[in-house]
Amino acid sequence: MYLVLFLIFGGLCVAGALNLLFQRHPINSALSLIVVMSSLAVLYLLLGAEFLAAAQVIVYSGAIMVLFTFVIMLLNAGREERTHGSKAAYAIGIPGAAALLGALVYIFLSNGDLLGPTLLGASWVVPTVFSATLFRDLLLPFEVTSVLLLVAILGAVALARKEH
Amino acid sequence: MFSGSVVPVSWYLILSAILFSIGVAAFLIKRNIITVFMSIELMLNAVNLAFIVFAHRWHQVGGQIFVLFVMVVAAAEAAVGLAIIIAVFRARNTLNVDQVDLMKL
Repeated sequence: MYLVLFLIFGGLCVAGALNLLFQRHPINSALSLIVVMSSLAVLYLLLGAEFLAAAQVIVYSGAIMVLFTFVIMLLNAGREERTHGSKAAYAIGIPGAAALLGALVYIFLSNGDLLGPTLLGASWVVPTVFSATLFRDLLLPFEVTSVLLLVAILGAVALARKEH
Repeated sequence: MFSGSVVPVSWYLILSAILFSIGVAAFLIKRNIITVFMSIELMLNAVNLAFIVFAHRWHQVGGQIFVLFVMVVAAAEAAVGLAIIIAVFRARNTLNVDQVDLMKL
């Protein structure tokens, strides 16, 4: 059952990512990225990260992707045109990414026994432990992120404002 | 080892590597500035998956905490990045990265 769920949602992730790569219209890429992020939320749930699964759905496939689709519609982005620069990117990008993938897969497969298995429902990181660590031991970094978000909001407003 | 109730850690890591490589390829190949930005988000998600697998495997809460901070930084980055994209579009009237090759707006 666990293996079946992993294969279904892992396959959905890869299919969505490939669709992002092959679609030529940005809105189709954005929608396939939502599929990737929602399937990743299910995988997080299988790995016992309940809070992060909820945060993934709310923050990533909710807030961030709504922002993306909103900007795509605001700028009325059409099909991307092929320009001369993309030839070099094809020649270097695909072999480079394939070499990276090959190296990583080789390393992970050759160390597969060392890495061991994952079990369903054998989670040690329950939300209680997570929140105790976050709000007690790491309180200062957590508060600093609120300053980061404030600065990001101010920066976004300043950048996107029309100049008079 | 029961087949069906166990998934090797290496499979999750390979899935993460596949997603990251697709993100790298999309970053280099795509010509639309919004899609390039989306492929960065894809790479961030791939790394988050690896963090959560390691947190699960070694019973460490640190991996999940790191993912939370990555999400916060990604949200901030998306807001600022999309504002920059809007500013670039106002100045250049195009979303093609090949026509945005000057630092000056």
